[in-house]
Formats: sequence, structure tokens, C-alpha cells
Amino acid sequence: MQEQLRALKEKAEQELQACQKVEDVQEFRVRYLGKKGELTQILRGMGQLSPEERPVVGQLANEVRDSLEGKIAQLLETLKVKELEQRLLSESIDITLPGTAAEIGRQHPLSMVIEEIEEIFMGMGFTIEEGPEIELDYYNFEALNIPKDHPARDMQDSFYLTPEVLLRTHTSPVQARTMEKTKPHVPVKIIVPGKVYRRDDDATHSPMFHQVEGLMIDKNIRFSDLKGVLLNFARQMFGADQKIRLRPSFFPFTEPSAEVDISCVMCKGVGCRTCSQTGWLEILGAGMVHPRVLEMGGYNPEEVTGFAFGMGVERVAMLKYGIDDMRLLFENDVRFLRQF
Amino acid sequence: MLVSWKWLKELVEIEKTPEELADLLTMSGVAVDGIIYPSIELRNLKVGLIEEISPHPNADKLLICRVDIGEGEKRTIVTGAQNVQAGHKVPVALPGAVLTGGKSIESAELRGIQSDGMLCSARELGMDEDKLSPEQKEGIYLLPDDVTVGADVVQVLNLDDLVLELDLTPNRADCLGMWNVAREVAALTGGKLRLPEVEGSTEEGTCAGMTRVEIQNEELCNRYVARIVKDVRIAPSPLWMQQRLMAAGVRPINNVVDVTNYVMMETGQPLHSFDYDRLRENRIVVRRAREGEEIVTLDGQRRQLNPEMLVIADAERPVALAGVMGGQETEVTEQTKTILLESASFNGPSIRRTSHALGLRSESSLRFEKTVDVQLVRWAADRAVQLLSQIGAGMAVDGCVDCYPGRPPQEEPLHFQAPKFYLAKSHLPKAFSWADNIDTPFAGAEQGLSGQQGERPPFAQEGEFEIKELSEEFPEEQMPQELWFRGRPVIRLRFRRVNEILGTKIKPVEMETILQALQITFLEKDREGWWVAPPSYRRDLEREVDLVEEIARLYSYERIPTTLPEGVTTQGQRNTEQQIRYRVRKNMVAQGLMEVINYSFINKARLERLGYPAGHPFGDMVVVKNPLSEEQAVMRTCLLPGLLDTVKRNLNKRNKNLRFFEVGKIFRAEGFPEQRKLPEEEWCLGAVATGKREKSWAYGAEEYDFYYLKGVIANLLTGLGYGAEDFALAAVQDYPGLHPGRAATILLKGRPIGVLGEVHPLVLEEFEIDQRVVTFSIDLPQLWADEEVSRKVLLVPVTKFPAISRDLAILVPEEITAAEVEKLIREQANEWLKEVRLFDLYRGQQIQENWKSLAFSLTWQAPDKTLTDEEVNIFHQKIEEALAARFGAGLRR
Ligand SMILES: [Zn+2]
Repeated sequence: MQEQLRALKEKAEQELQACQKVEDVQEFRVRYLGKKGELTQILRGMGQLSPEERPVVGQLANEVRDSLEGKIAQLLETLKVKELEQRLLSESIDITLPGTAAEIGRQHPLSMVIEEIEEIFMGMGFTIEEGPEIELDYYNFEALNIPKDHPARDMQDSFYLTPEVLLRTHTSPVQARTMEKTKPHVPVKIIVPGKVYRRDDDATHSPMFHQVEGLMIDKNIRFSDLKGVLLNFARQMFGADQKIRLRPSFFPFTEPSAEVDISCVMCKGVGCRTCSQTGWLEILGAGMVHPRVLEMGGYNPEEVTGFAFGMGVERVAMLKYGIDDMRLLFENDVRFLRQF
Repeated sequence: MLVSWKWLKELVEIEKTPEELADLLTMSGVAVDGIIYPSIELRNLKVGLIEEISPHPNADKLLICRVDIGEGEKRTIVTGAQNVQAGHKVPVALPGAVLTGGKSIESAELRGIQSDGMLCSARELGMDEDKLSPEQKEGIYLLPDDVTVGADVVQVLNLDDLVLELDLTPNRADCLGMWNVAREVAALTGGKLRLPEVEGSTEEGTCAGMTRVEIQNEELCNRYVARIVKDVRIAPSPLWMQQRLMAAGVRPINNVVDVTNYVMMETGQPLHSFDYDRLRENRIVVRRAREGEEIVTLDGQRRQLNPEMLVIADAERPVALAGVMGGQETEVTEQTKTILLESASFNGPSIRRTSHALGLRSESSLRFEKTVDVQLVRWAADRAVQLLSQIGAGMAVDGCVDCYPGRPPQEEPLHFQAPKFYLAKSHLPKAFSWADNIDTPFAGAEQGLSGQQGERPPFAQEGEFEIKELSEEFPEEQMPQELWFRGRPVIRLRFRRVNEILGTKIKPVEMETILQALQITFLEKDREGWWVAPPSYRRDLEREVDLVEEIARLYSYERIPTTLPEGVTTQGQRNTEQQIRYRVRKNMVAQGLMEVINYSFINKARLERLGYPAGHPFGDMVVVKNPLSEEQAVMRTCLLPGLLDTVKRNLNKRNKNLRFFEVGKIFRAEGFPEQRKLPEEEWCLGAVATGKREKSWAYGAEEYDFYYLKGVIANLLTGLGYGAEDFALAAVQDYPGLHPGRAATILLKGRPIGVLGEVHPLVLEEFEIDQRVVTFSIDLPQLWADEEVSRKVLLVPVTKFPAISRDLAILVPEEITAAEVEKLIREQANEWLKEVRLFDLYRGQQIQENWKSLAFSLTWQAPDKTLTDEEVNIFHQKIEEALAARFGAGLRR
């Protein structure tokens, strides 16, 4: 019987060596070590052995089993690694085929710029106000200190619906509407984004465009505060190294009034074509709210002061993204929109 | 306003370069848009006298001139021009000269004759041809007889002058006159003013006997001055005057017209000259036009007048449109012997209305619109008469007629409208006696005229000015509101107020220096501030804040500090509406749509192509009265036409697969304008999709169809916080512009919020679009109606117990909709049913005709335990039975 066991071991080891696949090894194991396996069969004959022989044969049988189990485990490990290697090899793909991601949409550059401006001013505690795009002459002009037949009306050629109603030419009427609502409470801190309309149509003018207006009224608001708020805005919008420059100007609803320039975003102030070699770009109009406008809005200009500013969103977007023709913004060509 | 550098330098001392001055002006509120430099540096050009002309022996079209250029030796010059004669003085380019366009001149042989230079045309000299008469443009530019032979042509013709282009804001109309530009420069630089002296006229004299002036409408004309010049000889004006006019952008005509234009350019006061003998009864009536009257204006146009318009008439008929343009019948011509010069002050708004109504804008109306200086009126007339005499255009008739209904009382230097006055007469500084002659040109101008301007301010001299502290005796609230000094408002200026508004610490003495430079008159002073009066030419200065601005701009905006507001901190945020619009945009973008922005106005015909019935809201349009074109004639009542135009534009550029959305307002008249309220404006979300997601190597093509957009809407609504069950569609057959079999009302919690559908083929045809387009629109206010939804943070707790997913494929007759089946499934289930998703729809071979197979995936999940198959099976059993009972549906396995 010991002979039998030794012969079995030898035979089994040879067979095991021939196994190439995991399945072969498993089948081998069943064949030798399973319930009906060859080793089991041999051990069934143990009963006929003498009591002296039994422990010896038993020990040998265990040795053979352990040895085979050990070899099987070793082989299985090797084969698994080999098989994984083969699988990975067979699974390699052409990484240059195009990706299959979902299509993405884009926000219009103008609405992105408006959101950005909104967020900068919300950070400074301003809320957002809106107003009608079809507006009364009163709010669009008169409440802003631009009476009928005032030459300042030439600055803004309007679309009229009736003699008293027009498409608003700026977002400023919302100043007057807001004051009517909030008087006599302070502070008033609003920005007003929206569409405005003027009778102009060329590469730098569109009959419909967007503005963001700002208004702050409180006790002791100073021109120097206007400078501070606008500098803060310019730096967040165009970069931390931005400078601003205020030039005296005229708007009927502010006094003192200013045109505000930022250092040229293209050349950083050195001078280039975009800034006509001046190093500066005109970006918004601003000023201290005219006492007459405060009075008409129901505030006492001796008690409160305020500043207001307004900027063209298209202008900001064109500078920010290097767009040279305003009409592109309203053509909505997907090849243009896709770039934002 | 175009400002000749040389002219300006004559009026005020300037030590800066043109570039430096331009920068200074720009930074203090008179923007210089640009500097026009001479086109080329012209050299070697001399004035030549043609002594003799002979034909060229070898060429018909050439002439040989013998020209004296002051060298002793005469030069021979060949020319092709036909307008020269012996005795003419002409510009001669000598060898070595370079002309406009880079043409350089050398001695050359022309058909056998040596030509020692060239005679020049205006164009070759770089002159602006728009400013020249046709004769001056043709051939050689002929110089006047009084120029010196041999003189440098560049000097003679001022060709090296440069011009500053001022971009004036409406408040600085004063700078439409050279003298006021000079005053501004003097205020900024401290340079000495050198304004010309003018001899004033008196109201008596011969003139008063020759004409009368009557103003019938004082509200439209508060001053009219007439002066007369006789023995008029019409001729070209002198070269220097022509050059200055050309530099200012005005075309020289003749001596009389040129003088009126010249004085207008000097002072900003428009003048007009009439042929005195053609005025009926030789008199002037200023009145409103009568109904039915007409006039032929100088430009040859016959114009219908109405009583809204102010005219200058003679005894019988209108002879000029006041302040806008003269009439042809009384125009000054070669035959004119005597002229009547008009200098007047008209009501700005009235001039503006008239010029707008007639579509006629002139240099004159441009200035009157902005209101000219009433105190300048007589003085400008005197200046014109002085110049006419000086250039030999005629003989001044002494005296003037000065009709001045708004004249301030002569004897009362300070006159005011309030009943009480804070300054007793005895308090008046001695200097007030200067005001005795109220009619000197303008406050402070007497100094200017005598060359002292800029040296001392009026009334501020030691000893002349008595400083009184009046604030206790006369509390502020008792101060009269309106106070006048020489027709100008008296302004209270408080030191503290200046610094409060600006955020500065400017000292009163600094303010004083600035105000003095601006020729502001100091009337009185107390501890807190001054009472001052601005000069008459600064009509824009009316109240305290106007002076604060003057101080700020001369102090320089750059020197004002940069601070942040000091008040209470406030919270910046978007309101509900704004938040929802923001989230809608982000959601649509995340779903792969591209945002577009279309014009709010559209072509009415395009809107009508949608084919809506009478009375439909789409037809309730707001119409723009003065659109730029038909394309922008009405306000959009829905977003679809704009979106279809965008699709069309993209298809034209071969962009075939498109997914767009727009968030914008639509407009409906709703009774406007009959009912006195503004039209309705409503925020709207619109979307269109067309084409397909193109097939790739990895997956098949997917049409952008009805169901694509339906899915977009479902995602949008769940993204905003609604439940899937809140959203449903209801078929609609007759929605304008949509396919009757493929259109639905969008229901949110049972209420309609918009419409989804495929665009009607006929509409697509109208828009010339040859592929299917699907669209939806949602009234956004419907979304912020559910405020609680938008504010709710919709977090459903994620349970830790696994979900069981089961598929259910059923056969139903064609007419049963997916929604009906889904509804039944949900009715039979309990709250464990989390999702019902249709994943397949099949019609075909294995199924009987007019039946379809719907395959649903049902997801079951309990919050508190792991569901077993058995528990779910019970429900599936119930569902199957109910489906069979209701629809005769069978399972498909
Ligand atoms: Zn630049």
C-alpha cells in the first residue's frame, strides 16, 4: 500500500505539471483528492491493514495529500497571474478613438458677464432690482432730471411706442422706481441688470443691448466711496492689478459725474490698438446722484447722498473675451457660442 | 467743436504742447477726442506771381508761365491747368518740395521745355476740399492779391495748423465758442487771456431810425438786437478768416456770411444777416408762425410752418426760421447794399422742437438748443459790425436796436425774486457799482476785454469786499431761495458740503483759488461758506452741487481719495424670481442646450406666420412707432419666431444639429395704449431642438424629437425641486405654429405652464427650414408661483436598504397611452414603488396588429427593511390582474 501511495504521488506530480489552465488544475484536484478521487480510493483500503501498519500508512497518506495540496495552490496562483496577464493583453483598446461624453450646453457670454457682475456686487451687499423694458417717459427721462426738449435727450435716440411710452434707453429708470418704493429708508444698495434699446445699428452699436446700473444711497456717501467701490469691482472683474481712472463728464442725473476708465486689459496700460494707444479703456459712467433726482425720488439731499453708475455689458464682454464686432453677440452662431 | 491751435494760442497764452493741453482738457471734463495734424510737412512752397503766360510749342494742353517768386530771377514753369492768367498769385512748389500724397518735385523737362517747379492745386496742398468752393477745387489754387510774392505758402495758408477735436457734453455748450474754450484753458493753466477788444454800441443813433423790432412772443425770445451796416461790398473774406473758418469746419462763402459765422465761432452766439432793403417796411417782428404760412429756407426747401414755430418776420411775412435757418428771399446777395444783422436769444426747447419737426439742424440751432448767453447778444452784434468794418465789407451805421423784454433793471445791480433779502443795500461791497452798466458783455468780461482776466477775480480785492458774518443774524432757513445777480443765480456754497460730497479735505482757500480761476463772482462770505454768482457764459452752473463739481474737476478727480462706504453692512442676494431664472439657465446648460439672446423686437410678418386666430394673445402686439426697419417693428409676443430665425441662420452656415434655449421677456399689449397702463411683460423660457445627436463609432444617432425635449422639461422640473409625478402633458390639437398630432400643454401639478410640440411643417416652410424642429415654451412666473418648492431643499433620505428592480412588459391596444398604464401601475402599488420608467416601446411581428408592447422598469424600495421577492411579487400580481381587467392587457414574456 505504501508502494501504491508512492506511485500515486509520482504519477500525480507528473500530471500536475502538465496542467496549463486553472480548470485543468481543478479537475486534477477532484480526480485525486475529491470524494471519489484516487487517493481517497486507496485510503478506503486502510481497514485491511494491520494496526501496526495503519499509523505509518496514515502518515504517508497525509504527507502525500499535503504535498499535493501545496503544489496545487502554488500552481493555481501562478496560473491565475498568467491568465490575468493574458486577459489584460487581449483587452487593450485604441485609445485614440473619440470620447463619448454627453453633449454640453453653454451659457451666452452676455448672461455670464451679467451673472459675474451680479455676484461681485452681491458680495459688496447689493441686491438685484429689475424694471420694465417698456417704460414711461417720466421714469426714463424726467425723473432723471432730463426734461422734455432737453439737449441731453440727443445722447440717447429712443424707440417710441406712444409720445409718453418708449423702450427704455438705459437701466437708470429703475433708480427712480426703486427710490419711490424705498423712500425714505436707507441704505439703498441695488444693481440693475437688463436690456435697453437705442436707435443705433453698426459694428459697435446694437439697437438692443444690456446694461448694469448701480445705485447706493445712504447717509454720508461720498465721491471717494464711488471710487473705492468701482476699483473693487474692476479688480474682481478684470484682475487684481487693475487701475481705474475717473474723468469729469456729464450725465443729467449725476453730479459730479465721471467717465471711468480701466487700465487696458489687452496691453496692461502700455498702449495698443484696442485702447487707441492711451493705455485706458472707457468702461462705465458714474457720479454722485443729482440732488434733484434724490428730491424727485422722495429723499432729502441734505440728509442723504448717493452714487450711481452704469456700464454696458456688451462692452465688458467684448473686452473680456476679445470680441471685435458686437453683432456676433446677437447672431447666435453655435460656432461662436460653443467657445464660452 | 473743432479748435484751431493757432487761433486758440492767439486768445490765450499756452505753454503746453497740443498733446499736453489735450490731456489736461480731457482730464478736466472737456474731452479732446483727437488732434488733427497737417497731412504732411510741406516744404519749399512759395507765393508766385504769374507775369506772363504763353502756349507750349509742343503740346496743346500745356502752358508756359514766367513766375516771379521774389528771387529777382523769374522762373519758367509748365502747367496743365487752364484757370491761370497773368497777374494771378499762386502757390509754387520749388524743386525739392514734397506735396500731399508724397509727390516730390524736381526740375523736369516737359515736352522740350525745362520746368523749374510746379503750380499747386488745393488738393496737392492737403486742403480739405469739402470746405472749398467749386472754383477753388478746380485747377490751381489762386491766392488773394494781397499776399506777398515769395512768402512761404505754408505760413500764408496756415497749412501747419493743427486742430483739437472737442467732444462736448451737453452742459458745456459754452465751449462751442472759441473764447470760452480759451477761458477754460486759462482757468486750467493760469495762462493769460487775450480776448479782442470790442467797441460797444449805444441804443440811440441812426440805427433806431432805420428799423424797429417787435417781439410778440417773449416766452420764446427774450432779446433781439439789430444793427445795420451800409455800403456793403460783397466779396470773399480775407484769407485769415477763411482759414479759421475752415479749421472750425465751416465753409467760407462771402465776407458778410463769413463774419457772422466767424463771430459765432468766436462767441458761440449765432448771428444772421438780412438784406435790409428786402425786408418789408424794413422792420422785424418776432412771432409764432401763422397756420398756413410757408417759407423757402436758404437751402432752397419750401417749408410749411405752424404756430408751434417761432419765425422772424418783416411787416408781412416770415423771413427766417428763428434760430434755425434764414429765408431765401431776404438772403444777402451780390446786389445787397445794406444789411440788418440779427443777434438774439431764443428759447432752446422751442428751437429744438422746430428743428426736429423740420428735420433741419444747423450750427445755429445746435447752439440755441443749448441756450446761449443772453448777456452776450448785443455784444456779439457789435463784434460782427466791428469786423465787417475792419475787413472793408461795409460801413457801420451807429447805434443799435436792443429789444430786451427780460432785461434786468438797470438801477438795481442785485435783483431777486424772493420778497426778503439777506443783504441790506448798505452791506453791498463797493464793487457792486461796477454793475451799473448792466449791459457789459458778461459778468467779468470787462476784465477780459481789458486784458486783465485771470489776474484777479471780480469783487475779491482787498478793501473792496466787506466780509460779514451773517449766519447768526440771518438763519439759513430764512434765506430766500432764489437770488439773482446780473441775471445769474446767487449760489450758497458751503465749505463743509464740498468735502462731504467729495470725501476730501480741500481747504477753503484752495476752493477760492479754483472758483476765482473760473471767474466766479464772490458776493458774500461767512464762517461756513460763500454766496457766489457764476459768470454769464456758464449757464450750466445753477446750484451748489454744480460748483462742487467745478471744484472737483479743477482739483482733479485723481486727487480725490479712494474709500469704501462706512454704513451698515447689508446682505446681497437674488430674490426668488432671480434665483429661479438663474437655476433654469444652469439646468438647461447642464442638459446640453446653448443659450441664445435674440432681439425683443421682431418682424410682424414673421410672427404672423405662426398662423394664430384672431384674438389670440400672439396677435396682441405692442408696435414700435419709429423702428429702424421692419425687422424690428413689433415687440415679440412669444419667443418662437426669434428662435426659428436663429435656427435658420445656423442652418445657412451648415450647423445642422442645434439645441437652443432663451430666457427673455415677451410683451403683450393687453389694452395698451388705450388703457393708460404699460403693456404686460412676462419672463419666458423657450427652447428649440433640431437635427440629431450624430451617430458615432460607439452609439447610434439620436433624433432631437418631441421626447427629447419632453425629457429636458422633466429634468428641468425635477431639478427645480418638483416631483416626477407633478409633471404631465395633455394633448392639444390647435396650438398656433405646432403640429396638431405632436403638441401638448405642459401641466405642472395640473395647471398649464407652457406648451411642447413639433413645429408645424407649414411654419417651417415659411421660415425656409427643411428639417423637423421641436420646441417648448414655459411661462416662468408659473415656476415662481410655487415659492415653497423653490425654497425647499429637497433631500429625500437615502435608505440603506437595497432596492429591487423588476421589468414588466405588457401588451395593450394602440389607443391606450403610456401615461394611462403608468397611472394604473401606481394605483395598484404602495409607497414602496419608487420609480416607474418606460424603457421600451415595440410594435411589430410578434404582436398582433394595432397592439403595442410597453416595457416598464419598476423600482421597489422600503425605508425600513430589505424587501423580499415575495413581498414584491404580491404587488406585481395585483398590477397584472388590474391591467388585464382594465385594458385587456396581457403580459409579454
Ligand atoms: Zn491697450
